[in-house]
Amino acid sequence: MPEGILCNKKTVDAKEQLHALLADAGGKQYYEEMNHLDIDKDALWTTIRKTFKSRFKTWLEICAHCGLCAESCYYYLANNRDPKQVPSYKIQTTLGKLIKRKGDVDNTFMQMCMDTAFSKCSCCTRCGVYCPFGIDMGIMFGYLRGLLFSQGFTPWEMKIGSGMHRIYRAQMDVTTEDWIDTCEWMEEEWEDDYPGLKIPIDKENSDIMYTLNAREPKHYPQDIAEAAVLFHLAGENWTVPSEGWEETSLAMFAGDWAACKMQVETVYAAMERLKPKSMVVTECGHAYRATIVEGPYWAGIKTGQPPVESLHYVEWVAEALRTGKLKIDPAKKIKEPVTYQDSCNYVRNAGLADIPREIMSYIAEDFREMKPNREHNFCCGGGGGLNGIGRYREERNIGFKVKRDQILATGAKLVISPCHNCWDAIRDMEEIYHMGIKWTFLKPLLIDMVEVPEHLKPKEE
Amino acid sequence: MYPFVTGPLLWLSFTIFVVGCIVRIIGYIRGLDWQADRVAYTTHFSYGMKGAIRSIAFWLFPFGTRSWRNNPVFTVVFFVFHIGLLVTPVFLLAHNIILKERWGFSLWTMPESVSDVLTVGVIIAAVFLVLRRIALSEVRILTTIYDFVVLAIAVAPFVTGFIAHYIASDYKFWLIVHIICGEIMLIAIPFTKLSHFVLFFMSRAQLGMDYGIKRGGMKGKGFAW
Repeated sequence: MPEGILCNKKTVDAKEQLHALLADAGGKQYYEEMNHLDIDKDALWTTIRKTFKSRFKTWLEICAHCGLCAESCYYYLANNRDPKQVPSYKIQTTLGKLIKRKGDVDNTFMQMCMDTAFSKCSCCTRCGVYCPFGIDMGIMFGYLRGLLFSQGFTPWEMKIGSGMHRIYRAQMDVTTEDWIDTCEWMEEEWEDDYPGLKIPIDKENSDIMYTLNAREPKHYPQDIAEAAVLFHLAGENWTVPSEGWEETSLAMFAGDWAACKMQVETVYAAMERLKPKSMVVTECGHAYRATIVEGPYWAGIKTGQPPVESLHYVEWVAEALRTGKLKIDPAKKIKEPVTYQDSCNYVRNAGLADIPREIMSYIAEDFREMKPNREHNFCCGGGGGLNGIGRYREERNIGFKVKRDQILATGAKLVISPCHNCWDAIRDMEEIYHMGIKWTFLKPLLIDMVEVPEHLKPKEE
Repeated sequence: MYPFVTGPLLWLSFTIFVVGCIVRIIGYIRGLDWQADRVAYTTHFSYGMKGAIRSIAFWLFPFGTRSWRNNPVFTVVFFVFHIGLLVTPVFLLAHNIILKERWGFSLWTMPESVSDVLTVGVIIAAVFLVLRRIALSEVRILTTIYDFVVLAIAVAPFVTGFIAHYIASDYKFWLIVHIICGEIMLIAIPFTKLSHFVLFFMSRAQLGMDYGIKRGGMKGKGFAW
């Protein structure tokens, strides 16, 4: 059974493996090895028999082939209504066939499944809302990704990502030391402007334990500082954990369920250790979904809920503005037309539709909705891990067209996007399609708009 | 022949239909797995039921969901088809006369003109569904022979019943064909895609529970999921 050196069925649990993968630029050798990767059909079928139950079985069986899911899929719309992009077709020809053949499939089939599961579906779960039977193909593609991962068929970046979680308990190689150093650095850097600014680490019994996305300490440390400033101005009793601060899960995109469990358990352990009243996660959609919505199930928590009440950043912002903890300077409200990008991971998968509208009512004078919006909104085009996968760049960029047209139709020149994935997607969209728009998280906007209480202002020398 | 198809064969068909449907429902529920499905079905049962009922109700009403509203022609045809399919056999005068003869009771019956309209409605809707399968590329690519067979099984009792009642010179022959078609449909329900007769409710309830418990039902006011 040929197993590649880089592309194989083994999980990445050691730094040497990870470094070898990272050294293979663009995954050239990795994908070459994938062409020769054998399938362990017995193991595949055993896994399917154990995990393919009522819900999936029924979904595949009763699909009436009515095609109502077609128009719900942004890939279908972006690809000139190519029938091969109909969600039902995509799942029947991949997972459906895999089941029919009882796992007796070849390498070409598995690669086709991988290409479909990653470049033709971002698991936005919109189709499930439009199917009369409630057949959620996004969920099924998530399941398929898991089967593929177990056989070594996962995009190079996803293999690396899941390995990062296994080794660093973060989607990037940020160690505990790196993380603490970054917090201290940001505190020093910003405390001149905001006297008394602290980033309290491992403080027990605080009101809020703040968690984030490893990209922030790695590439966007100012985001941590901005979060700290806003908590500081709002007078919050908050902390960050030295370990268990990472909420994201590339392992979820990859379908590496064991790594998903490892990752969320570090966050839950931090909750148990520090006993905060609540947890707030940064402006990231999939982080929220991974740790708050799905995570408790990976960790085997029967209530389906994390150990303490957990909020997305937008929920904290709305509450802070509503209660006056943060006050917006009316003169600084956004005057230009502005629109808002709903992240699938917390709108369709967690119901946070009203909260952002409330925030907009406080900060924007000319807020314009995209159409459709809220739970019916389209994926930004970069979800499901797609932003990070080089192999499917072209497919992603075509998929962008739907969101591009949605944004342009609003006439807004500014898109507020409290989700790292959407933020990246819109940035790349602008780079490719030159729409003449700006995009932003909430934090930098709020920093510019909030009134700084007199006692927190820097003293004139 | 007539005593056989309306006697033992009818009993057999009804038994298979009823037992089969019950087995499908029980099998579905037994195959649910809170951890694999990632829905805390029992811990938050009341939220789950609320979500489930909501999900079924919105979809049972024409234009109750955005998907129905986005496809008005299909929606009308779909409801004409399904309402006719379910209501006609139960409240048809002729069926209730037999019921009365056999068991001494009958249900409310609809005027024949109404059942005629419903029957013709089912047949026209079926023709539309066939044409739609052929005409629309996004439906054509999904369509298999099996879809036409299932549709034929569902519509055959209506076509044959209509022929027997209004067209055929050989009433007895067409009546027997009609009865056999009805029995085939009953038997086919638990074993084919027609199992959506019960599994529609199971599947919708499951997704409804998913939304009601996990995907926002406990937080916001929700939407027509």
